[in-house]
Amino acid sequence: MSELKTIDARNTFCPGPLMELITYMKQANVGDTLELLSTDEGSAGDVPDWVNKVGHDLISSEKIDGVWHVKVRKAK
Amino acid sequence: MRILIVGGGTGGTIVANNLARRLAGEIRSRKVRITMLSASDQHMYQPGLLYVAFGQMMPDELYRKQKSLLEACIDFHVDPVDEFHLDQQTVKTISGKSYGYDVLVIATGSRIVPKEIPGLAEGAETFYSEAGAVKMFKALRGFEGGKIAIVVGVPHKCPIAPVELVFSLHDYFKSRGIRDKVQIKYHYPIGRIHTIENVAKWAKPAFDNMGIEYETLFNVKEVDVKNSVVMSEEGTEAAYDMLIAIPPHRGMETIEKNSLGQGGWIPTNRYQLTMDGYDDVYVLGDTTNLPVSKTGSAAHFQAEVVSENIASKIKIGAPVREYDGKVYCFIETGHDSATYAMFDYVNPPDLKEPNKPMHWFKTSYNKMYWASVRGLL
Repeated sequence: MSELKTIDARNTFCPGPLMELITYMKQANVGDTLELLSTDEGSAGDVPDWVNKVGHDLISSEKIDGVWHVKVRKAK
Repeated sequence: MRILIVGGGTGGTIVANNLARRLAGEIRSRKVRITMLSASDQHMYQPGLLYVAFGQMMPDELYRKQKSLLEACIDFHVDPVDEFHLDQQTVKTISGKSYGYDVLVIATGSRIVPKEIPGLAEGAETFYSEAGAVKMFKALRGFEGGKIAIVVGVPHKCPIAPVELVFSLHDYFKSRGIRDKVQIKYHYPIGRIHTIENVAKWAKPAFDNMGIEYETLFNVKEVDVKNSVVMSEEGTEAAYDMLIAIPPHRGMETIEKNSLGQGGWIPTNRYQLTMDGYDDVYVLGDTTNLPVSKTGSAAHFQAEVVSENIASKIKIGAPVREYDGKVYCFIETGHDSATYAMFDYVNPPDLKEPNKPMHWFKTSYNKMYWASVRGLL
């Protein structure tokens, strides 16, 4: 069964939001959705870049009260 | 009051010694007892492995007897925990003994898992173990020229290590007079050459000056050992004559086996460092799932918070401090200069120009570590 997991990477500089997302994507099953929370402005760009390059699905990306919520589905 | 510390690495050892001093009176009057369970009777200074890989330290310089690092009042056993029964406040060890506790500290650390990437264990050099570092040194010593590819697994301990490796390789081959015969290509998992933006901004011109090639958004997927090619999840590949890998890590097997946290990383409160759902269980160092660097430095600063709070809860019934995310990392920028990155949850690192005194400080710290882990620094 597919799951939704939230990764709280707010207020972190190292290893940083995208590295956190990659870590948990490796552990997730195909079909799982991960929601990344990030206060790093770069996440709005670098997360979709990586998701598109590696071939996962970007479901949504929105900024709510200063926090980026980026949802990604593991596709392979 | 029984305080049980599981894990004898940097974090566990500092917590134990710090508590032994803070609670000296309570220990003397037998109101408090501190027990440590560890997987080894040896304590390794892991940052020294990079120096071993370049022939600058010998492996035996990296070890001390764990017992010799602990305050005499700490009850120490080499008997790793096999089962955690948190609801019963007991653990069971490999030898079959049970230990009850009132406060549990889990600091079991992390392990390298190169076999998670096909071909990596067979095809790549690494310096994340003693045997690996010695093997890598011998391979470097026999390398007369060609293409070196560096790949970085995720997650990994010591996020600054990939950058230090590049600087060290450059200086090593320069000192041998064959730098012009060695092509170094660095591959990094995210879209810039280091995860910390300020480190990436600082390192990029330095890489350019040294003639280092780099490819970003490269997550190593597989190594074709026979044809000496490494492939990425992103669909690219790189040929090499020598492959050096920062291996991916996981938490310890016992954490996963006991379902304490996916990947071996325990869900932890980022300020109190307590395990989610358990106020009597503290977690620190690599073992946490916190979005904080997996380094001895983070473990050190977390250990101070954990021990201060355990002691204050015993003395006044309340914790007194929160972990602010502090990490301090030396950055060796070759064999004769260094800088550092210091940051916390709120403040990003502000990198200074590398200099020789900082390198001397780092080489001094390689010895001072033993005072630090005793809780004296």
